[in-house]
Amino acid sequence: MALELGRIPVEDVEWGRRTLMEGKVLRINREELIEKAGGGDPRITSIDADIARPGESVRIIPIKDVIEPRVKVNGRGGMFPGLISGVETVGEGRTHVLEGCSVLTVGRIVGFQEGMIDMSGPGARYTSFSRLLNIALVIGVKEGISQHEHEEALRLAGLRAAVYLGEAGRGVEPADVRHFETKSPFQLNGGERDLPRVAYLYMLLSQGLLHDSYLYGRDMKTVLPTLIMPTEVMDGAIVSGNCVSACDKNTTYHHQNNPIIDELYWRDGKDLHFVGTVVGNANVTLKDKERSADYAVKLVEMLGAAGVVISKEGFGNPDADAMMYCARLEEKGIATTIITDEFAGNDGKSQSLADTTPRADALVSVGNANELVMLPHMDKVIGDVKIIEKMAGGQPGSLSERGITAELQVIVGATNELGFERLSSREE
Amino acid sequence: METRIRAVHYLNQFFGRIGGEDRAHTEPLSRDGAVGPGLLFQQIFGREVEIVGTIICGDNYFNEHMGQATDALLSLIKGYEPEVVLAGPAFNAGRYGVACGAVCEAVTRELGIPAVTGMFRENPGVEMFRSLVYIVETGGSALGMQDAAKTMAGLAVKLAKGEPLGSPAEEGYLARGIRKNIFASERGAARAVAMLLRKLEGEPYTTEYPMPAFDRVAPMPPIERLGEATIALVTSGGIVPKGNPDHIESSSASRYGKYDISGIMSLSPQSHETAHGGDDPTYANEDPHRVLPLDVVRDLEREGVIGRLYPYYYATVGNGTSVANAREFAREIAGELVRDGVQAVILSST
Repeated sequence: MALELGRIPVEDVEWGRRTLMEGKVLRINREELIEKAGGGDPRITSIDADIARPGESVRIIPIKDVIEPRVKVNGRGGMFPGLISGVETVGEGRTHVLEGCSVLTVGRIVGFQEGMIDMSGPGARYTSFSRLLNIALVIGVKEGISQHEHEEALRLAGLRAAVYLGEAGRGVEPADVRHFETKSPFQLNGGERDLPRVAYLYMLLSQGLLHDSYLYGRDMKTVLPTLIMPTEVMDGAIVSGNCVSACDKNTTYHHQNNPIIDELYWRDGKDLHFVGTVVGNANVTLKDKERSADYAVKLVEMLGAAGVVISKEGFGNPDADAMMYCARLEEKGIATTIITDEFAGNDGKSQSLADTTPRADALVSVGNANELVMLPHMDKVIGDVKIIEKMAGGQPGSLSERGITAELQVIVGATNELGFERLSSREE
Repeated sequence: METRIRAVHYLNQFFGRIGGEDRAHTEPLSRDGAVGPGLLFQQIFGREVEIVGTIICGDNYFNEHMGQATDALLSLIKGYEPEVVLAGPAFNAGRYGVACGAVCEAVTRELGIPAVTGMFRENPGVEMFRSLVYIVETGGSALGMQDAAKTMAGLAVKLAKGEPLGSPAEEGYLARGIRKNIFASERGAARAVAMLLRKLEGEPYTTEYPMPAFDRVAPMPPIERLGEATIALVTSGGIVPKGNPDHIESSSASRYGKYDISGIMSLSPQSHETAHGGDDPTYANEDPHRVLPLDVVRDLEREGVIGRLYPYYYATVGNGTSVANAREFAREIAGELVRDGVQAVILSST
């Protein structure tokens, strides 16, 4: 089973009469984008669309999700199965990617939990999303709808917008095409036998409102850990429903471009044999945590893996899940590394994790999310900057005449635990 | 005209050329220019730094009059208007190490200028001051003077110029236990895969976060006469009076609230809400008792199962809140509860 991923570089985005790729410029019919994003959802009362380009003095706040426009050119199923398309299994055939741009869902805050992106200045250093051409949808919803409905309305609107824009890449000849093949871990060719067998344990947060993830549209709270082809993820099989403390939540864009999958594919057949990906969850009850940890460990064992990369999502409560996955794998003699961020306090002097195991002896730190950042004012704000004082990582007084002083955790993806960024933390 | 960085050097009576153990009661004094090991430092610094003065104090005098001695030394140091201060190295000399650490700590805190000392890893001054000051790791005796001076001088120049530092290992100082963000040369995913391969091959690798040692609290014995006990409610689940009057942060709380519940029999969505940003707030907002069980505790009070409920409850948000903050809140809250004769606490979280 194989997926061809065609890369179509987008170097600018402009409003136009029709939505299409013109050379390396994505032209968008603004009215049609708004109409398609709304999709007739009666809960949505208004949508405004704006473009934020790298280097501009623009701040976007509060952001719920970031989504890359892609289109399924051939092969089974469609983009974001179970939510936008049908439920056919994806990950085969050909998919085109509009690379360099994204859809952002913005609008009145749902909880305390959404994040922000600066397109320039010191904040831009912390997230790759500052380097994208961002199409921001500011979405208003009916008064009185529940927070769960509010979250869902915006999540689906963002996905619909990305699917609509992705269509512009359908007939375009990609700059290059990458070929990803998923082989059965049980059928080896000769050369792979000598390489270490490495699996990926893909932990997804599943704790309720703004803490949920979806697999083929199914709420991950209700799913036992399962096997997935990496190429399914590239076709939008995993969708983010969470942005609480936005620094370490996987947006849909992160899933579509999972860097661990990328690394493992790139090294597959060279210095390791990538035997498979297990999707796990992180629920709130101890019983659920134990059930998922045991079940995922069993799947990793069945894959015959000698080592596993574990990616975490979130902090605090999910530390317990990550440590449980790690300890049980190590007890079976399966080597692990965990990617985690830290919550070591503003001064960096507190212990960084809420749970530990002595077996977690190979951690990659993607930064202390409590460290303070100073973000000077931007000329333009898409959304509402006052929300910073309510946001996880901000506090009353975060907004001053100098700009924003807040914890790094307010920046979308700054300490992403798929290891998307270069940030790390060390003891000094 | 070239300007040289002004440095002051702190030494004990021995290295300061005053005398041996018999002169360990020497009170703080100063000498212009470099003295003893300062001459070596000056040689290493070349024209970049000038040791403008040396401050000397006897080890016994310092350790027996710590506050007084520190004040006197600070004022002598201040008189030279330095941009950086060096102390020692003290190697494995315990009293000298404590003095070097204390002088550096006071200089950093009171004068706001950088300070560097050097000690052997097992010097008692290391445990006392490593989280507060830059301590270059040295050998156990003055045989290591040349190496120690080189490392200390290099670090002092960087600090005085405000240049970015490398890792503790690169700069040669003992890590202070402070986590600092840095940009690595590769993204986290690449580092994780590379680390796993090294681990699988049995090659050396360095974890980016060594596991901390966790405190374990031994449980108290059960209360014998619950019917006479005063019980308090404390929560890290963020239940606050509607409107969050104390502005407790939804994450990384820097404060807690104390709220009067005398005469209040139950909570409602109109009276209370959650400030917690780390979970789905819907259910706590629908019925705050799900996190702060006031209704049930009132029942137990009426039935005589417990003596009485303490008339206040305390609340903070446990979401991403640092252990240091949590420890501070707990110390204050526990102090008040003990003072008011509370015998047990129901601690609820989310």
